[in-house]
Amino acid sequence: MTANAKNDETWRRVAVAVPYLWLFVFFLAPFAIVFKISLADPVIAQPPFTASFDEQGNLAASADSFRFLLTDKLYVITYLRSVLMAGGATILCLALGFPMAYGIARSNPATRNLLLLLIVLPFWISFLLRVYAWMGLMNNHGVINNFLMWLGAIDKPIQFMYTDFAVFVGLAYSYLPFMILPLYASLERMDLSLVEAAQDLGATRTRAFWDVTWPLARAGVIAGCLLVFIPAMGEYVIPYLLGGPESLLIGRVLFDEFFVNRDWPLASAVAIILLLLLVVPIVVLQRYQARDQESAA
Amino acid sequence: MKRQSRFILSALAFGYAFLYVPLILVVVYSFNDSRIATVWGGFSTRWYGELLQNDSILDAAFLSLQVAITSATAATLLGTMAGLALARFGRFRGRTLFSGMISSPMVMPEVITGLSLLLLFVTLQQLTGWPGQRGFSTIAIAHTTFSMAYVAVIVQSRLMAMDESLEEAAMDLGGRPLRVVFDITLPLIAPAMIAGWLLSFTLSLDDLVIASFVSGPGSSTLPMVIFSKVKLGVSPDINALATIIIVTVSLGVAIAWVVGRRATRPS
Repeated sequence: MTANAKNDETWRRVAVAVPYLWLFVFFLAPFAIVFKISLADPVIAQPPFTASFDEQGNLAASADSFRFLLTDKLYVITYLRSVLMAGGATILCLALGFPMAYGIARSNPATRNLLLLLIVLPFWISFLLRVYAWMGLMNNHGVINNFLMWLGAIDKPIQFMYTDFAVFVGLAYSYLPFMILPLYASLERMDLSLVEAAQDLGATRTRAFWDVTWPLARAGVIAGCLLVFIPAMGEYVIPYLLGGPESLLIGRVLFDEFFVNRDWPLASAVAIILLLLLVVPIVVLQRYQARDQESAA
Repeated sequence: MKRQSRFILSALAFGYAFLYVPLILVVVYSFNDSRIATVWGGFSTRWYGELLQNDSILDAAFLSLQVAITSATAATLLGTMAGLALARFGRFRGRTLFSGMISSPMVMPEVITGLSLLLLFVTLQQLTGWPGQRGFSTIAIAHTTFSMAYVAVIVQSRLMAMDESLEEAAMDLGGRPLRVVFDITLPLIAPAMIAGWLLSFTLSLDDLVIASFVSGPGSSTLPMVIFSKVKLGVSPDINALATIIIVTVSLGVAIAWVVGRRATRPS
């Protein structure tokens, strides 16, 4: 029996240790390496950065990459643009997603499952191909322009592609399901009689919405907004395919510094600052998700 | 059930149209005979034929499938262990760090994950000589790392929703903890593990950014090949490929839905 108990204890340790070790090596440790390389200087070599210690064994760290990032206007503007674009896309998703989630939560159970399935389905279809679908729509000779010209509403194609507008639409389209699902979860749990009570007591529909529905849906709103905002901040594919050369976002800058300019220290510094910008939203999101899981259990 | 207001109904109609019209148009244009993808030149299936002769796409699809099956299986194993640990083992040393590491890969922007994993592989290669060449194994490791987080969360929430009395009863009847895990817990969380495997498989097939960082020359996954073509603009054979994926996924989901509905319907 004691041998068996020991066996079980060993097994439990293994079940914790294996995934723990995996995440430590392949998720946590790499951040330390990114930080280390962000303090190196770029050189033309393989790999293209200086060692952390010189030949005499002295620490050779330089904050040049960070200094460059924070003083060069281009990078500061790109970070700001990324925050604005991701924030704008988040608001767009919320404006469209909230009434949709509300409608799904209030529909009868059979329809509700089908409607939810149609929200989840795009997740299973390639992200890249869904962005690609918009290229055919927004082209100068694309479906939207052809349709508007056929209607006679315009006589010259409108430039949709390669503009910030296209990036907005692409971000909202790709991340809309991430907004709807947490919103739906919190609206579905809401007690409808509270809204009815407010209305019986004389509240207008608008008043009942802002005083009852909105506060009760707050957890879903926050989770949904963060689930859209955080990945949108680092987005690479959408600005590359739909945006113009000047509509730079920070994810693309990181990619290009790394692959095109081969400046690994600068790319690492870009990543570290992006991570610092996202630490607060990520921690808030995790807290909401942990609370949500506890209340569901 | 109260009737929905006109505003809600129009939001639903607009929202679903927004989500699905672009996909439907890709399917329609995949049967377009014209080489200029946006001009209708009559019905044809020629692009499907050209797709089947495109070796770079077929090779990439094969590599992507291999990576997806490997990483989904590894992620299911690791993620199930992690989910069990989080839901059933109570407090253990380093638990806070553990649950933080589980939930972070899901929200981390892909460019950061990709860059940090590549720099890890480069450093490891300098120190140990492994991985000599980046490709299948490095992509599979990267995909396992972010997929296992999803599996862990699915398994953990399934375990938390399930009450522990079945496992406790088995223990009271003298079952050893390890036996109980294999005889009681695992069968109960099997649906969560299957869902986790399928999600990991899809996430792996879908990933472009992380794979672009950690793959080496000569090993391109399907999204990488598609991206390099799509960069140049709309192309008819990509429409055909997208159609195949959209139709396969929709059919699979529809079948799963019908089967699931039949299974849960009270008889």
